[in-house]
Amino acid sequence: MLELHDIHVSYGSIQALNGVSLQVDKGELVALIGSNGAGKSTTLKTISGLLRPRQGSLVYQGHEITRAPTDRIVGLGISHCPEGRRIFGSLTVRENLLLGAVRRKGTLTEDLDRVYELFPRLKERLHQAGGTLSGGEQQMLAIGRALMSRPALLLLDEPSLGLAPLMVERIFGVIRELKLQGTTMLLVEQNVHHALDIADRAYVMETGRVTLEGPAGELRRNPLVEQSYLGR
Amino acid sequence: MSLVYYAIQQIVNALSIGSLYALMAVGLAMVFGILRLINFAHGDMMMVAAYIAAFALFAGLPLWIVAAVMIGGTVLAGLLMERVAYRPLRGAPDVALLLSSFAVGAILQNGTLLTMRRLGRPDQIAFPAPAVLSGVLTLGPITVPRLNIVSLVAGVVLLILLSLFVTRTTLGLSMRGAAEDLDAARLMGINVNRVVATAFAIGSGLAAVAGLLFAVQAGQVNPYMGFSPVLKAFIAAVIGGFGSIAGAVLGGYALGALEVLLTALPGIGDILPQGMVSPGVKAFLQQWLPSSLSGYRDAFVFLALILMLLFRPNGILGKRGRDELG
Repeated sequence: MLELHDIHVSYGSIQALNGVSLQVDKGELVALIGSNGAGKSTTLKTISGLLRPRQGSLVYQGHEITRAPTDRIVGLGISHCPEGRRIFGSLTVRENLLLGAVRRKGTLTEDLDRVYELFPRLKERLHQAGGTLSGGEQQMLAIGRALMSRPALLLLDEPSLGLAPLMVERIFGVIRELKLQGTTMLLVEQNVHHALDIADRAYVMETGRVTLEGPAGELRRNPLVEQSYLGR
Repeated sequence: MSLVYYAIQQIVNALSIGSLYALMAVGLAMVFGILRLINFAHGDMMMVAAYIAAFALFAGLPLWIVAAVMIGGTVLAGLLMERVAYRPLRGAPDVALLLSSFAVGAILQNGTLLTMRRLGRPDQIAFPAPAVLSGVLTLGPITVPRLNIVSLVAGVVLLILLSLFVTRTTLGLSMRGAAEDLDAARLMGINVNRVVATAFAIGSGLAAVAGLLFAVQAGQVNPYMGFSPVLKAFIAAVIGGFGSIAGAVLGGYALGALEVLLTALPGIGDILPQGMVSPGVKAFLQQWLPSSLSGYRDAFVFLALILMLLFRPNGILGKRGRDELG
């Protein structure tokens, strides 16, 4: 469904990605793990077109999207729920959700209902400004907003970052549910335990490179992963 | 009693000049919100509009056609400015955009000057004010220039339309989203180029209306007429909270009120009717608020701006923590 071939990205003179290749198949939940600065978020930003690779190619469902603008990439069905949630704080919850569907035509009632079903809390807060929500609620809104475009591929960047343990469980519950519904996802997560629990496959990144890859269950038993990321 | 009428007249004046500042300030605010660009060429859009209107009126066209040609022409000029001078600089440091706006301003001013010389016209031409916009309106004891009523009505109507646009339409919502977080807006699938072009088109259209009204008020047009209004609009936007449309409107009217107050209060001691206040108070007012003080109006306006920046740098409506989000 999505293939990255030898992607190189730099911020000015700083090399952020050094030849990353990875692949996500339809229906899969793929996790991207690694320490801070390994290039996980950069990888997602490159997929959604916020960053331009210096070298390499991105192919999504047969479309070459390496140099496509972000709005076209969203239109093709990739939705990116960014790190730090990036809620429009002065817009209401409802307006945030509507902006998630900006590329779509037709009625949105069904999609709004689906989001309310996943996150009943949002329905109670519809006319509240996004900035007044708690961190967990903002994360719900960010995921709900990303779903409004009916993505074929959902990119999730650190959805559990900075949330209370109970909220982390709820967010992962929702990811599990989305997976059951057949949503293809690429998940960046610092909570490696949770990520490997829920993912089908995973890639481990270090300093801009993929250093390990494989089925999540296998990686969980890999001594290197255990030592570096699972703290055992 | 005459003091009440005087007050009413001054309130109408304040609202009418406030409308003009607000019309100019929202254009600055919309563009700043999205691009972090203080578009100082915005005042020159107003100047371009005034020239288009002047020549359309010289040609004897009916007012509604004049308005249509003026607004259409200015919107096109605004779109062209964005395409040529700002879009290629997207992603460059903010100061590069600012410098580019000064360049656009200089080009527009000198271009107008050259064109007028080529046409054998003087640098400054008298503005042929249409009849609907000239003269006064008399309502019993109250006399108001017709221009002030038109400015007030045009300002309020256009600003209401603008607020409907940004709250009720997808494009308007996209604009607010882009102003708040450009990258997040991109991730929603918003076409940023389209949103930016829309902001310039609307801003230029509103500046065009303000330009016509300013030209009627000044009675003349010249290539540099945009300078003072764009500064005032900038002050208005800062007072209200820069980057916010609501703030720009509020700031525009606040500035209008402040200016009229600064013009009306000095000399108040001279016009107070006999016996209304004790002679002591009257003498005090004449001593400390002499009519000569109104000449320092702009100095007081800038003083207000400095105080605002010192005590409430984010403006009346501002409380943005945008920079924290990186």
